[in-house]
Amino acid sequence: MRRLLAVALLIGLLSPTPSLAVQPDEMLSNPVQEARARSLSRELRCMVCQNESIDDSEAPLAHDLRVLVRERIKAGDNDAQIIDFLVARYGEFVLLKPRLSWHTALLWGLPPVLLVFGGALVLVSLTRRSRALGSEDAKLNNVEEQQLADILSDRRRP
Amino acid sequence: MIPELGHYALMLALGLALIQGIMPIVGTRTNDPVLMSMAAPSALAQFFFVAIAFTSLAICYVTSDFSVLNVFENSNSHMPFIYRLTSLWGNHEGSMLLWVSILAFFGALVAVFGTNLPVVLKANALAVQAWIAAAFHLFILTTSNPFVRIPQAPFEGRDLNPILQDPGLAFHPPMLYLGYVGFSIAFSFAIAALLEGRIDAAWARWVRPWVLGAWMCLTLGIAGGSYWAYYELGWGGFWFWDPVENASLMPWLAGTALLHSAVVMEKRGALKVWTILLAILTFSLSLIGTFLVRSGVLTSVHAFATDPTRGIFILAILVVFIGGALALFGWRAPLLKQGGLFAPISREGALVFNNLFLTTACATVFVGTLYPLALEALTGEKISVGAPFFNSTFGPLFIPLLLVMPFGPLMGWKRGDLLGAAQRLMAAALLGALATAAAFAIEQGGPVLAPFGAGIAVFVMAGAVTDIAERTLFMRVPFRASLQRAIGLPRSAWGTAFAHFGIGATLLGIVAVTAWGSERIAEVKIGDNLDIAHYRLTLDGLFNREGPNYRDMVGRFTVRRMNGEYIGVMEPSRRSFPNRNMTTTEAALMTRGVSQLYLSLGDPGPDERVAVRLYFKPHVLLIWLGAAIMFAGGALSLSDRRLRVGAPRPAKARAVLQPAE
Repeated sequence: MRRLLAVALLIGLLSPTPSLAVQPDEMLSNPVQEARARSLSRELRCMVCQNESIDDSEAPLAHDLRVLVRERIKAGDNDAQIIDFLVARYGEFVLLKPRLSWHTALLWGLPPVLLVFGGALVLVSLTRRSRALGSEDAKLNNVEEQQLADILSDRRRP
Repeated sequence: MIPELGHYALMLALGLALIQGIMPIVGTRTNDPVLMSMAAPSALAQFFFVAIAFTSLAICYVTSDFSVLNVFENSNSHMPFIYRLTSLWGNHEGSMLLWVSILAFFGALVAVFGTNLPVVLKANALAVQAWIAAAFHLFILTTSNPFVRIPQAPFEGRDLNPILQDPGLAFHPPMLYLGYVGFSIAFSFAIAALLEGRIDAAWARWVRPWVLGAWMCLTLGIAGGSYWAYYELGWGGFWFWDPVENASLMPWLAGTALLHSAVVMEKRGALKVWTILLAILTFSLSLIGTFLVRSGVLTSVHAFATDPTRGIFILAILVVFIGGALALFGWRAPLLKQGGLFAPISREGALVFNNLFLTTACATVFVGTLYPLALEALTGEKISVGAPFFNSTFGPLFIPLLLVMPFGPLMGWKRGDLLGAAQRLMAAALLGALATAAAFAIEQGGPVLAPFGAGIAVFVMAGAVTDIAERTLFMRVPFRASLQRAIGLPRSAWGTAFAHFGIGATLLGIVAVTAWGSERIAEVKIGDNLDIAHYRLTLDGLFNREGPNYRDMVGRFTVRRMNGEYIGVMEPSRRSFPNRNMTTTEAALMTRGVSQLYLSLGDPGPDERVAVRLYFKPHVLLIWLGAAIMFAGGALSLSDRRLRVGAPRPAKARAVLQPAE
C-alpha cells in the first residue's frame, strides 16, 4: 500500500508531457526476445494508470516495468517465472488477466455457468414448445373433429 | 440573465415531469380520459423547457460567458466555434444536461408520433418516461447545476481538455446518448405493459422502431468513439476494453438481443416475457453505464467514497428504477401469457440462440467490468481485469454466434430446414474456407487462429449475400426478374442482410489489423528512411506551426513505394497547449484502400533525432465501415413500410391475444 502511495505521489509530480510508450532504446536487439517482451507487456498492468498495459502506457512506472521484463528475459527466465516474479513483487493487481483462484472463481465461472444454465433452460422450453407444436399439428380435439366431420358431410351432401 | 433563465426553465421542466409522471397514471387507474390525455402535452411542454435550458447553456458557451462557473472551467474564448459549443458536453454537468435533453426529446417524439398507440399504453409509457426525467432533473438541479455563477467573472476561461478538442467530441457523445437514452422508450413501454398487465404482438411492433433507432445511434456512437481513440491516442488501438467502453458495449449487446427477440414477438407472438425483461435490462445497463462514467467510481473506489454525493444520487436512481422495474416484472410477468409455438430448428430457434449468446457475452462484460470494484469494496483486495481477460472470454462466445448467424435468415418461421439452409450456404462456406486458405498462404506470422477468423468473417459476409440471392432467386430466374424481386423485397430483409454483412466486415477488419498489422519503433534524423509493408518513409524536416490555441511541432515525411514512386506526405505532430500545460500526439494517417499507414511522433531527442512509431494497419477501415453498414441496415429496416405505418388495430386478434388475467 505504501508503495502504491509513493507511486501515486510520483505521478502527481510528473509533467503531463506524454512520450511514446515503448522507447526505441528499451527494445531488445534479439527480435524473438523482443516479441516475447511485447506480448508479456500486454498482459501486465501499469499500476498507476487506468486500465493500461505497460505496453501501451507512457507512465515512467510502465517504462521501469518494461525494462524489468526485458532484463528478466535476458537473464533467461521463462514467461511463467517472470509473471511469478512480478506478482510476488506487486501483487495480483499487476495481471490484466487474473489467475483462477477462489477470489476470481465467480469472474471466470460465470460466463460458462450462465451459458450452460441458459442453454439448458432454453432447451427445456424449446422441447416443450416443439412437443406442444407436434401435438397441435397432429391431433385435432373433439370439437375440431366434429367440425371436420360436419364440413366433410356437408360436402358430400350437395 | 440567460443562465438564470436556463436554470429556471430546468426547474419548470422538473415540475412538468412530475405532472407528466403522476396525472396520466392516476388517469389510467381511475379510467379518466382527461387525465390520461395530459401525458402528451406535458411531454411536449417538458421538452420545450428542457430545450430552453439547453439552449441557454449553449449560448453561454458560444458567447464565452465566463461568469458561469461551468463555462469558465471548460471553455476558452480562443477556441474555434465548434469546440466552444461542444465543450458544453465535455464535462459532467453539461453532459448530464445533454442526457436529459435527449430524454425529453424522445418523450416528445412519442407524444407526437404515437398517435396510433392505445390511449392507456401511451399514457403509462409517457408517465414512466417522466419519472426517469424527473429523477435526472432533480439530480442536475441538486448536485450538478451547470448554471452556477461566479461572483466576479474572470476575463478568460480555462481551456477544454486538449484531448477533447476534436471533431470527435461533436459527434461521439450525442450519438452515444441518443442510443443510451433511446432505449428508455423500450423501458417505458415495457413498464407500461407490465402496469397494464397485458401485452401482445402489436406491442413489439410499436417498440421495435424505437429500439432500432436507438441501436443505430449507439452503433455509430461506439464506432465513432473507437475511431476517435484510434487516431487521437497515438498508437492506433481501436478498442481497449476500458470500463467506459464496456459501459457502452453492454447496452449495445443487450439492445442487439432485444432487437432480435422483438422480431420473434412481433412475427410469432412468442418470447413476450423475455422481450419485456430484455427491454428492462437494456435500459438498466444504459443507466449503469451512466453511473459508471459519471460517479467517478471507475477512477477508484476511494475517489467515489471521498465525494459521494453525485455517486450516491445516481446509485439511488439505479436502485429505484432497476430494482423497481425488476420487482414489477417479477410480480406481473406471470400474468403475461406465452404464445407462439415453434420447433427448435427454426428462425425462432436461431434467434433464441442469438439471444442466449448475446446475453451471456453481455453478462461476461458486466462481470469483468464490475468484478474488480466489487472485490475491492468487499474484501479490499485489488485485482485487474483487462483486455486479455475479455479477449479470452468474449471471443469464444462470439464465434458460435457468428457461425450460426447466416443460418438464421435462411430458416423458415416455426419449423426450419437445417439441411436445406446448409446446402444453400455451401457457396458461402466455400468462400470462407478459401479465405482461410488464402490467409494461411499469404500472411506469414500472426496467431494461428487468425486465418480462421478471416474465414468466419468472409462466411458471414457471403452468408448475408446468400440470403438476398436466395430471396431474389438469383441465377435461377432471368436477371431482370431477380432485379424486380430485389426491388420488391421488404426493406427489413435488406436491413438484416446489410447489418449482418456489416458485422462480417467489422470482424475482418479486427482480425486483419490485430493479426497482420506491422509496427516500427525507431529514432530517426532528417534524411533517414523507415520501411514498412511495401512503403518507404523519409523524414524531410521538423518545424513548428502555430494554431489558434496551441503550437505544433511537425515532422514532415515523404511516403514512397519501394520502387521510389512518390505517394504523398505525412505530417504527424506533437501539439502543446499552453493554457493547460499539456501535450497531445496528433498522429498522421494515410489511407491506402481500406488500409492505413499510421505515424506518430515522440519526444525530440538530442542532435535533431526524433522517436517515431510507424504502423501499417491492414484493412483497418473495415472496422468502422462495417459499423456504418450496420447503421445503413438499421436505416433500411426503419424505413420499412410495415414499421412506419404501425400496426393496424388487430380487432379480431385482440380477443385471442388477451393475456390470462
